[in-house]
Amino acid sequence: MASVVIYGAMFVVPGDPASLLVGGSKPNPEALAAIRRQFHLDEPFWQSYLRWLGGAVRGDFGTSLVYRSPVADLIAARALTTLLLVAYAAIVIIVAGVGLGLLAGWKERRAGAVITVATTVMMGAPTFVMAVVFVAVFATGLGWFPVFGAGSGLADRLWHLTLPAFALAFSWIAYVAQMTRASVREELRSEHVDTARGRGVPERSILRRHVLRNASGPILTVSGLTVAGLFAGTAVAEQAFGINGVGALLVQSAAKQDLAIVQAISLVLVVAFVMVNMLVDVANALLDPRATRRTAG
Amino acid sequence: MSALLSIDRLRVELPAKKGSRTVIHDVSLDVRAGEAVALVGESGSGKSMTTRAVMRLLPEGARLSGEIRFDGVSIPGMDRRALRRWRATRVGMVFQDPRAHINPVRRIGDFLMEGVRLDGRLSAGQARERVSRLMRAVGVADVDRRLSQYPHELSGGLLQRVMIAAALATEPDLLLADEPTTALDVTTQEEVVAIIDGLRRERGLAMLFITHDLDLAAAVCDRIAVMYAGSIVEERPAGALTPDASHPYTRGLLAARPEIGRREPRLRTIEGRPISAFEVGDGCAFATRCPMVRDLCRRERPAPVHVTGGRVACHFAGEAEPQAVVGDGAAR
Amino acid sequence: MSVLQLAAAPGSPEITSRAYRFGALTAVACAVVTLLTLAAVFAPAVAPYDPTQVDPSAVYQGPGGAHLLGTDDVGRDILSRLLYGARASLLGPAIVVVVAAVVGTLVAVSAAWIGGRFDAFVSRGLDVIFAFPGLVLAIVAVAVIGPGLMAPAAALSISYVPYIARVLRTAAIRQRNLPYIAALEVQGFGAAAICARHLVPNLLPLLIVQATVAFGYALLDLSAVSFLGLGTQPPAPEWGLMVANGQPSIVAGHLEQSLSAGLTIVIAVVAFNLLGQGLSRVFLGEDR
Repeated sequence: MASVVIYGAMFVVPGDPASLLVGGSKPNPEALAAIRRQFHLDEPFWQSYLRWLGGAVRGDFGTSLVYRSPVADLIAARALTTLLLVAYAAIVIIVAGVGLGLLAGWKERRAGAVITVATTVMMGAPTFVMAVVFVAVFATGLGWFPVFGAGSGLADRLWHLTLPAFALAFSWIAYVAQMTRASVREELRSEHVDTARGRGVPERSILRRHVLRNASGPILTVSGLTVAGLFAGTAVAEQAFGINGVGALLVQSAAKQDLAIVQAISLVLVVAFVMVNMLVDVANALLDPRATRRTAG
Repeated sequence: MSALLSIDRLRVELPAKKGSRTVIHDVSLDVRAGEAVALVGESGSGKSMTTRAVMRLLPEGARLSGEIRFDGVSIPGMDRRALRRWRATRVGMVFQDPRAHINPVRRIGDFLMEGVRLDGRLSAGQARERVSRLMRAVGVADVDRRLSQYPHELSGGLLQRVMIAAALATEPDLLLADEPTTALDVTTQEEVVAIIDGLRRERGLAMLFITHDLDLAAAVCDRIAVMYAGSIVEERPAGALTPDASHPYTRGLLAARPEIGRREPRLRTIEGRPISAFEVGDGCAFATRCPMVRDLCRRERPAPVHVTGGRVACHFAGEAEPQAVVGDGAAR
Repeated sequence: MSVLQLAAAPGSPEITSRAYRFGALTAVACAVVTLLTLAAVFAPAVAPYDPTQVDPSAVYQGPGGAHLLGTDDVGRDILSRLLYGARASLLGPAIVVVVAAVVGTLVAVSAAWIGGRFDAFVSRGLDVIFAFPGLVLAIVAVAVIGPGLMAPAAALSISYVPYIARVLRTAAIRQRNLPYIAALEVQGFGAAAICARHLVPNLLPLLIVQATVAFGYALLDLSAVSFLGLGTQPPAPEWGLMVANGQPSIVAGHLEQSLSAGLTIVIAVVAFNLLGQGLSRVFLGEDR
């Protein structure tokens, strides 16, 4: 399954490197030919594709035409910021999403309807809109957080990344909360929970040992999907908050039609997506004793 | 002698799309200490709902009226803590489908120990000791291996033994068994019934046994209550049911049993479709199927009347000819 | 005799009122969607100003007065830009949903009908597309084709195919195995005729529900692309673009442009989502 996805990604990503020059200014033919030779653009598609693929496996994504430096270096310099942002947002999503979902599912009568309405609205609030709202309220309004930039040093970075992480997390929290609520409701209705109730097991233990434990599979799957999706979302969050990360690099390169960078980042994002999903599969197999025969493929 | 469990004029309504549906109209039943009582009826007659009402495991939004007392204490009136204590120490329940009623992602040992250790009086070692003893008592071999296995690794019959062991592990006074053998295959059914019956007698446990099988009920219980469409229509001592049955429905049930050793040309059935509790009108619930129905039956619901050794709820109890009640299954 | 309420759950009247409230929500959602569509169609008639008319004398006007929602950094009327913006903002998702629905239905029905290795191949293909986040595919498309409405719309059309096709395929397989299809086959009807006249019409309610919800998400993705400056290009009005345009003014305290455009997006997406849920209850009798 994973290999198919990667193969598919390869198939979609490369495109035709020569189209890069269509978008640029019109240099004279000799210069064009020189550039083509220098970046192997004179080769047929499949040859450049294989060259690119071979390089990618070794961590060499070629050279950026715009930045005039190796793509791998450009990405590496920004990777930490983006990973930090994704990790921050992921923690926010899982803590808030699972928490709200549990609350909505468990205290259905008191909190269910309110949380359902709230999450439906949250699902419709994209990162860039929340970015505007957060900046207006917490940065320029209350002055608690900086408006732009990524900061330096871990504490300062986290401080700078707080608003981006929450803006990025916002609609995903709602998604995870809805899914968690659904699986908690389902488990609460299940017959083995009746058994536990009938034996006088306290509600709190039922929630922990029977409901949460059994619902952890679906919750984990949804959380994994979410975290994998976050990598794509960094493009918007970083651009909105002026953070110089991988996502912003992707957007800027797309605008400048710097295909070497776009290809490389897309590949990295898809590999990250697939890897997170594989980790979730493995974790699920470990969590569910019935899944011993099911493999991660 | 006062009853251990006393159900008095129980009525249960469940929320439905429009308004609510009555699933139990009128159930009054006593179970004395050490006594086994069967609640017999077709599916949908409300027998399982009765045990759920006793255990307070009714679905959300259910409305209950009437009274259920255990040892004189009102069960619906218990607060959370009292209810939990009562469930944990005084009553054990065996459900119909062990595969659905045992958490699939936890080990058998965890399942058994969870109940035993609730009151916190036993150490882990003592609890394990008691659980192992019980597992052997319900006829499980190789206990240590079984305790570390997951439910999907055990057969249905074994799982039901685990459930019985779990129900008995807290040394309750009352066992509620809700069709404990229905989900099992025939040979396993007999073994499981024998285990329940043996352990119950040995420990002097009271039992409310839910089943649709009259013969099984007669074999393991002291008294039998027959339920139809949300009400108990007749209650008799187990031994006296066949000769004394006077409600047309009970007689129909008795006549519809195939008898071993007699080749029946056609299996007998009760005419008509069994109705659900919520479909019952003002009159007798059985009026739509009763062969000796009269105007009074459609107008007025019969109140249970005490008769020798039991009760019966029929305007014309005792007048029915058993043969007249029965129709030809193949004639339809 | 004591009357007790075992679980302190809401009684039946409250449950009915909740069902009514959710029905009312769907009605509101339907009204919002209709209004937005009307705004897109009749923008020239209802917009009080030319959406691209720059007015240096009326920069950063607050809401109220001559400009109901105020003006932006170059004095353009925000309400007029929102109304005209409905065109580009709704046209993109419409293209995405129509293409994805047509392709998705074809793929789903043929996979369900042919089955076997073709079905397995199609399912894998859908998984592959699904693994590629729509936003990233849209950005890649912009890098290759160039910015504008068409490149991201084309990319998202592909991205949304699995969203439609997966659900439809499952339903189509279920239909395929129903006896009425076999009966039609026995009567000698061809596969194409059965699919077109019986199978697809039976899948239509599900398709409409999926497409409605997909519309909301496509709107989200496309406005995000515009926000990034890769979609509809200025000075044309588009909601995502307006959020980005207004961003620098926020620091100076002028929230009107970004906030009104952002709010419009949220309202539109939530409306499509609720409409999809409502339709699902009406058509399929289930909560989603």
